[in-house]
Amino acid sequence: MARLIKTEKEVEGRYTEQWVVVEEDALEQWPEGPLQTVGRPATRVDGLARARGEARYTQDIRLPGMLHAAVLRSPHARARVKHIDLAPARGVPGVREVIGPDDLEVLTDEPNYEGQAIAAIAADTNSQTRAALDAISIEWELLEPLLDVDQALRQESYVDDPKRYERGDIERGFAEADAIVEAEYRTQSVLHNALETHQSLCEWEGDTLVVYTSTQFLWGVRDEVAGAFSLPKDKVRVICRFMGGGFGAKGSAGDYTLIAAELARRTGRPVHCRLDRREENVNSGNRNPTIQKLRLGARADGTLTAIDAEYQCLLGWDGWLPPTAGPAQMLYACDHVRTLEYAVRLNAPPMDAFRAPGFVEGTFGLECALDELAAKLDLDPLELRRRNHADHDPMDERPFSGKELMECYRRAEPHWERRHEVRARSEAPTWRRRSEGEAALPAHPTSASPWKHGVGIATQLWYGGGGPPSYAWVRLSGDGTATVLTAMQDIGTGTRTAMAQIAAEELGLPIERVTVELGDTAHGPYATVSGGSSTTPSVGPAVRAAAGDVARQVREIAAQRFDLEERVLSLADGKVTSADGGSWPIEEITGLLEDGQILGNGARGPNPAGMRVMTYGIQVAEVAVDIETGEIVVERIYAVHDVGRVINPLGAESQIEGGIIQAIGHSLSEQRLLDPQSGKVLTRTLDAYRLPTIADVPEIVSELIDVPDAHLTNLGSKGLGEPPIVPTAAAIANAIRDATGADVRSLPITREEMLRALREAEERRRAPEQVEAAPA
Amino acid sequence: MVELTVNGQAYELDAPVERSLAEALRHDLGLTGTKIACDEGHCGACTVQLDGVPVLSCITLVHTVGDREVTTIEGLAEHLLVEAFVEADATQCGFCTPGQIVSASALLEANPHPSGDEIRHAMAGNLCRCGTYPKIERAIHAVAAHGEGD
Repeated sequence: MARLIKTEKEVEGRYTEQWVVVEEDALEQWPEGPLQTVGRPATRVDGLARARGEARYTQDIRLPGMLHAAVLRSPHARARVKHIDLAPARGVPGVREVIGPDDLEVLTDEPNYEGQAIAAIAADTNSQTRAALDAISIEWELLEPLLDVDQALRQESYVDDPKRYERGDIERGFAEADAIVEAEYRTQSVLHNALETHQSLCEWEGDTLVVYTSTQFLWGVRDEVAGAFSLPKDKVRVICRFMGGGFGAKGSAGDYTLIAAELARRTGRPVHCRLDRREENVNSGNRNPTIQKLRLGARADGTLTAIDAEYQCLLGWDGWLPPTAGPAQMLYACDHVRTLEYAVRLNAPPMDAFRAPGFVEGTFGLECALDELAAKLDLDPLELRRRNHADHDPMDERPFSGKELMECYRRAEPHWERRHEVRARSEAPTWRRRSEGEAALPAHPTSASPWKHGVGIATQLWYGGGGPPSYAWVRLSGDGTATVLTAMQDIGTGTRTAMAQIAAEELGLPIERVTVELGDTAHGPYATVSGGSSTTPSVGPAVRAAAGDVARQVREIAAQRFDLEERVLSLADGKVTSADGGSWPIEEITGLLEDGQILGNGARGPNPAGMRVMTYGIQVAEVAVDIETGEIVVERIYAVHDVGRVINPLGAESQIEGGIIQAIGHSLSEQRLLDPQSGKVLTRTLDAYRLPTIADVPEIVSELIDVPDAHLTNLGSKGLGEPPIVPTAAAIANAIRDATGADVRSLPITREEMLRALREAEERRRAPEQVEAAPA
Repeated sequence: MVELTVNGQAYELDAPVERSLAEALRHDLGLTGTKIACDEGHCGACTVQLDGVPVLSCITLVHTVGDREVTTIEGLAEHLLVEAFVEADATQCGFCTPGQIVSASALLEANPHPSGDEIRHAMAGNLCRCGTYPKIERAIHAVAAHGEGD
């Protein structure tokens, strides 16, 4: 019987209560360790399609009569349209429709950030839409943009109210401290820059709106579009079978979808609206900048006594406050903690979720400050982290549902030990080694080497437990092949492959006999957003439950066919096997039904009541710094993470490497630059915005603890999309301090920031009484 | 009218003067394996070969191709690199992957046994936001090693 209960659901730190229907006969977790398919490396089931260019992305879909849309976007950060004349655009050859601020909610005549949509055009070709955009005549009244954070705070210009948290007595915490560090950290705005830009192709089929879109959340787009056009939800069908990257910025419909749908409605033709790269870099979301004021206190033995933190999160005009204080609140057992987060509203493009939003920024400040504290107390940074390990959630005393962080620390030890040998390279004059296999480069043959080497660590925690609802259907055909149907997305993380592995394992089939159909709200049940590292832990258990439903029916059918008891039958290697040695190919059972199919249902169960589900890890960075030029080379990163059971070790390794490489960009090169006078984005191209290339990649060594979380679902698996990007920047900054004695406190760590920190360290050496450094 | 030889097939198409090779391949010939990601020559996703030389098709006008043979990812479907990319897990979202393989095949044609540095140098113009770079390097090494016994 179905049972209705209430459970807690979390996406990227935002908790909600969720009703969920629980099946009584839940499956037991599989035993720990690699199984037949689950836990073993699997190449991607869609790898060939992607590698051969056969995978059809939103951008590749062409429909008969399709029109191209373009959007007139505000060139000003704050302005008012005094007069707009769309008529000349309507006269451009090939133009089929023009809409302006009066025609659609997402079009405005009072833009509050650069790039906000004003008008849109649908035409036969892209060049016609561009010509028509130029033909629109518009007269602006320019207004003074609010861009200064201090002024915004004075005016209380907030997207949300300031968020306060306090436990214990912060003053008492500092009174108990033997050492206190106080510093200001800054993180920059970075841009997602998925290679497939944001885009949608909309077509009306009678009263149903079909939306092909590059999205992380089919169902979210469905609901948003249905709301905007006052349609019943299932009159909107959303399709995304292959998706060219998201990283958090493709969680909602976006103006381009609503514009394409409206233009399609008006013209009666399919309309494709695609952001170009420059629109993408201005107006498709960003990781918001932060200014972090941290004060930490600890006893001589390293016990943290107080964490006091203020975060100014510069969200832009809109968005939501990411959980920036999360690491300060939850990472360590500290009795006295106070945090304050400001969601600052400015006339800048709105933020959007970006791979572990909030925790990436918050971890940078906290983990750097912790190393500054370790230096002050003359304690080993790894030991300091061990001593402050949180055995339960320090916010509400709840037990963690599964936490192998101490094991992560243990495994990191040999990599942390390398610091002695790495530091010794600083002594070796005139030579340095970039990476294995590359010739050593002579630096300054006549002087001592300017290259200093060091090692740094940083710990990570993040959410990633997923939650209900998510559903899957499995059908087993007469020929013994299975199809998983669930309307989730594979945004490139390999979830399609993971679902195939889970179903194959439960059905005892080789993975080649399992197909996964996803990416279409008309072809499968509801599944979670691909965000918050939630796809595998949310949909995976539903897929296993649906496959388990099929497996149970196969056993029941086989028991009747062969006059055996169900309990002696099991499914493995494509066979039904009985305990007394009997064995039949599965198609011998399913074949009885000819074209009949065995259908299974599965739902994601609740999260463990009264427990906190998190992911954990630690990374060790090795860097070289040229103290004359400020050049920084990351030479090696070691990463160990605990995300419960690992479904696909090969895909998991790729997730870790990808997260670390994005983090290296975040640490050293990437930065959206905003003109401080006009509020316009200066880094609009992939030339100006510096993504890491293959030449920037260090040696990366990674491992996973791979112990199922005993309390979490029938899988014990958590998500891995986000955890690896969380600690890298702090580990690099801490390695730089280890190498040079300089405190870098601002991302990206450009040469200017590096040289500033080196100068500051030099001044500190000269005047040891001046302990506290000026803010960055 | 433009005459074009793509993956050994001859085509004739009517293209306006400003048509890029990438657009011609994708829109006029339906060869959508070539991706457009920046459309201004910065990312490498649109890489194709002209007489074996990798070029950025988004900033190459189709009218300038002349009698040079165009090779796209569709023409490399059976290349050893394709299987090697899958085996090494060198594709995540996959949007950059065709361009990566086209670049890598040109590299191996010119230099069948590249060093790690040579790979990193030759492939630095092909951006991958998912961060498959270590796996790409592994895949190229795997194909280079495969050719060892030839």
